[in-house]
Amino acid sequence: MSVDADTVRKIAHLARIKLPDERVEPMMNELNNILDWVEQLREVDTADVEPTTAVIANRLRWREDEVTDGNVQEKVLANAPKPLHGFFAVPKVIE
Amino acid sequence: MSDLTNLPIAAMRDGLNRKDFSAKELAEAHIRAVEGARTLNAFTVETPERALAAADAADKDFAAGTAKPLSGIPLGIKDLFCTEGVETSASSNILKGFVPQYESTISARLFADGAGMLGKLNLDEFAMGSSTETSACGDTINPWRAADGRNLVPGGSSGGSSTAVAARLVAGATGTDTGGSIRQPAAFTGITGFKPTYGRCSRWGTVAFASSLDQAGPMARDVRDCAILLQSMAGFDAKDSTSLELPVPDFEAALTGDLLGKRVGIPREYAIDNIPADITALWEAGRAMLRDAGAEIVDISLPHTKYALPTYYIIAPAEASSNLARYDGVRYGQRETPDGGNLIDMYEATRSAGFGDEVKRRIMIGTYVLSAGYYDAYYLQAQKVRTLIKRDFEQAFRECDVILTPTAPSAAFPLAEKMDDPVSMYLNDVFCVPASLAGLPAMSVPVGLNADGLPLGLQLIGDALDEEGLFNAGYALERAAGFSAQPEKWW
Amino acid sequence: MSNYRIEGETGEWEVVIGLEIHAQVTTKAKLFSGAATDFGAEPNTQVSLVDAAMPGMLPVINGEAVRQAVRTGVALNCEIHKWSRFDRKNYFYADLPQGYQISQFAHPIVGEGEILVEPEGGEPATIGIERIHLEQDAGKSIHDQSPEFSLVDLNRSGVALMEIVSKPDMRSPAEAGAYVRKLRSILRYVGSCDGNMDQGSMRADVNVSVRKPGGALGTRTECKNVNSVRFVEAAIAYEAQRQVEVLESGGTVNQETRLFDPARMETRPLRSKEEAHDYRYFPDPDLLPLVFDDAYVEECRKTLPELPDTKRMRYIEQLEISPYNAAVLTAEQETAAYFELLLNETALKQGKDAKDVGKAAANWVISDLFGALNSEGKSITESPISAAQGAELLALVADGTLSGRLAKDVFAIMLETGDDPGKIVEERGMKQVSDTGAIEAEIAKVLEANADKVDQYRGGKDKLFGFFVGQTMKATKGQANPAVVNELLKKALDG
Ligand SMILES: [Mg+2]
Ligand SMILES: [Zn+2]
Repeated sequence: MSVDADTVRKIAHLARIKLPDERVEPMMNELNNILDWVEQLREVDTADVEPTTAVIANRLRWREDEVTDGNVQEKVLANAPKPLHGFFAVPKVIE
Repeated sequence: MSDLTNLPIAAMRDGLNRKDFSAKELAEAHIRAVEGARTLNAFTVETPERALAAADAADKDFAAGTAKPLSGIPLGIKDLFCTEGVETSASSNILKGFVPQYESTISARLFADGAGMLGKLNLDEFAMGSSTETSACGDTINPWRAADGRNLVPGGSSGGSSTAVAARLVAGATGTDTGGSIRQPAAFTGITGFKPTYGRCSRWGTVAFASSLDQAGPMARDVRDCAILLQSMAGFDAKDSTSLELPVPDFEAALTGDLLGKRVGIPREYAIDNIPADITALWEAGRAMLRDAGAEIVDISLPHTKYALPTYYIIAPAEASSNLARYDGVRYGQRETPDGGNLIDMYEATRSAGFGDEVKRRIMIGTYVLSAGYYDAYYLQAQKVRTLIKRDFEQAFRECDVILTPTAPSAAFPLAEKMDDPVSMYLNDVFCVPASLAGLPAMSVPVGLNADGLPLGLQLIGDALDEEGLFNAGYALERAAGFSAQPEKWW
Repeated sequence: MSNYRIEGETGEWEVVIGLEIHAQVTTKAKLFSGAATDFGAEPNTQVSLVDAAMPGMLPVINGEAVRQAVRTGVALNCEIHKWSRFDRKNYFYADLPQGYQISQFAHPIVGEGEILVEPEGGEPATIGIERIHLEQDAGKSIHDQSPEFSLVDLNRSGVALMEIVSKPDMRSPAEAGAYVRKLRSILRYVGSCDGNMDQGSMRADVNVSVRKPGGALGTRTECKNVNSVRFVEAAIAYEAQRQVEVLESGGTVNQETRLFDPARMETRPLRSKEEAHDYRYFPDPDLLPLVFDDAYVEECRKTLPELPDTKRMRYIEQLEISPYNAAVLTAEQETAAYFELLLNETALKQGKDAKDVGKAAANWVISDLFGALNSEGKSITESPISAAQGAELLALVADGTLSGRLAKDVFAIMLETGDDPGKIVEERGMKQVSDTGAIEAEIAKVLEANADKVDQYRGGKDKLFGFFVGQTMKATKGQANPAVVNELLKKALDG
């Protein structure tokens, strides 16, 4: 499988990375280089193999239902590029 | 370099205990070394005031007899660990100016045990790279130089850490290892680097690259120093769901150097083409050293080794593409808003300006392999091959106690040499990645110099949770190798 | 099955409806962080660094959310999956701080089940549940506070939701409405969701398509976040009509996300959401599979209360309460709880079996108490009359202390003062008089004062009997036992 220019544009948009037109072809070539190389995985027979879920045996621990966090508005907003009245401001979205 | 900065951590600890010197003197010696080594660009942020404050506290503790395991030891912290009140950028433009309001579990544990922080150490952007050249904070220079005087890369992604330890700027450093990022730079700079079992070290507060692979670990002068540092770093953390709820063994106590009755596995699939002869020779020498220490050398097979790297280059970018989605210019970090741009324009401009080429490439690959229609062929297949790789190791550890391989397929290479060819850069980690995929503990020990006088390391891989056995094998190898070379100071 | 049809120009159309209900799980803290979940806090205060997706922050699951999801699944007769997994659903939006929602895509915690619904005036229907999964809520974007910016509040970010996905089994707005009501009732019985639709604790994504009866499924649209039963019904009716008009005028229905506008009672396409969705689901590597055993499921089952359907059948069969009354009494858990308290107290006070006082208790709750509460706009939990007080009132009627009429007066005073009925009767001397001597004396006076009417009565004007009853009751200030009055009057007049 290899990607074409349209696919590269589509992927860039899905990933929310602006890709100037002159970068599309180079990016396409770089991606195809990598994809060609990972292609060899197809030759491995994985018919009866489960995908890895936990690499080291471990079980999911559950928290108690207690309020132990929050109430740190200052910390939450400390690095905000555009804090406004306790909110994060972003360019206006029209629904 | 002064005598004080040249001491290993164990000797610093002894000297401080005996009051041969004060923590303040130790901190000041290191601060001078840091200031004198800016050419190497190992640091993204210097924090001498933090080192001095920790030293003051340490001196009080020594006076009061309440010293802690790392009291007065000045460390460098890879800039992937969030440090409260100190800029943490992961060497990315997108996080430039980000000041965490929290301390990563790993750095918090080290500081709680009395260590000081000399500063934050450079890395490949978001730990994606093997040469520290993808950093937005400039290249870090390996203190070891090529015979022709050209500057070399320090490995990566923990290249700031490897350089700072090798150049005696810090007593030890934290690293993170996703697919070799502790071990390969350690090998490139003639130091020791240790990646523990996945889950030993908490990932809380460490900027994520690929969650199922990321592990923190120590980088230091020698095996004992790594054991001392890991003792503080490791341990259960309820804030990380993948953290292992197990007691932490006494790593230093495991260092006997006695390998009698132990079997060292040599995986035949690691004998790949195009490996320099001096590395093959070093690997053979390593076998002899371990045999001399009492071990039996056994041939083993890890049949899926050749698939490890492509597997890694699907899984790691897939996880990264999702982990890095949070860098969107809304809550922290840099924001770019084109004139009259809407929310989507802001995202695209922010992420385009904020991420470097390698990060973009990996986000693109990761997005592609997870996208509709490709998931099964790439991501799912990779996770299945990962299971096979893990099984290979499980099988192998029925036949041996520890595995010996080269750490990297070459010595440190000149800056810019591999930047145009991602796949050849990826091959740097060909020996490191299998253990990462299997979550196993692994370390790099400096064993010798190549024909050009550059350090080479060997990798030891341990069974899951057997850090003690691994440390001891590393200790035996280190004693047998007697590696004592240091880069000549030219900076 | 409903026979609801849209009459189009080309004939009848059938509506196919599926609902995805997002129900906020009743937990104190969020699904993956320790921040609080209370409604209406200052912006970005109930936010931890995890909810704000700061670099390096990690999720740790709240066990109570798991427990409530399992209890809900058991209550809805669903398959419980002892091995489930969290996946990341990747997309960019300002109120989605991680750039992904942690949800359960491939392996939900709860699988198939079903729920019985009885739409008013319609046939009962069994609606299939496809699955229930746990997931995080997003934050909130406010678009109307600033001309330049949208404002993001992350207080809801990370709140635990159960997404309850129905099969496309509903065929009319009424059926869908009944489904939401029934589901809400069960969730409230279970205690896994407060069902508060005004505060967004329950929201419905409404999937609607139309087809010729029995034909192939049409293209569906999805109306997001509809927040009342009435709006769910209105959105379906509007959307079905719209789709029929589109199709009959030769157009095609776009598979799209739409918005229900309650001000205009119409749906329209959502402009802001991105074009083609590709969520790139994959297992969240920050979490491990969610695993529990049969014993855990049993433990959850044991903590379930009697559920509305079972309770209703018991009322009908054991208490001989009418099906309608039984349905009213069991629709809300609070009503049933009040009723059962009243019933137990009543049986105890009167020394009778519950079944012998059931009807009277049911009637009192439904006609007297609900009538009074409704006119004051109060819910049963706000009733000024406790179940114990109600039982006392019923006992006073049963033992003849109060006549039905007096009981109504006492009830009115109880509503106003909140006093016990016994106290009211005592203090105000409202006891019914059954003492024959005292009543006979009053009757004698009444007959003496109305000698002419006595003659007329005796002369055959039977209708005057009521007049004598009224006069006697008036003379006893309404406290005479009407039955006794009747009997004695008869004796006195007819001789
Ligand atoms: Mg949905
Ligand atoms: Zn949902």
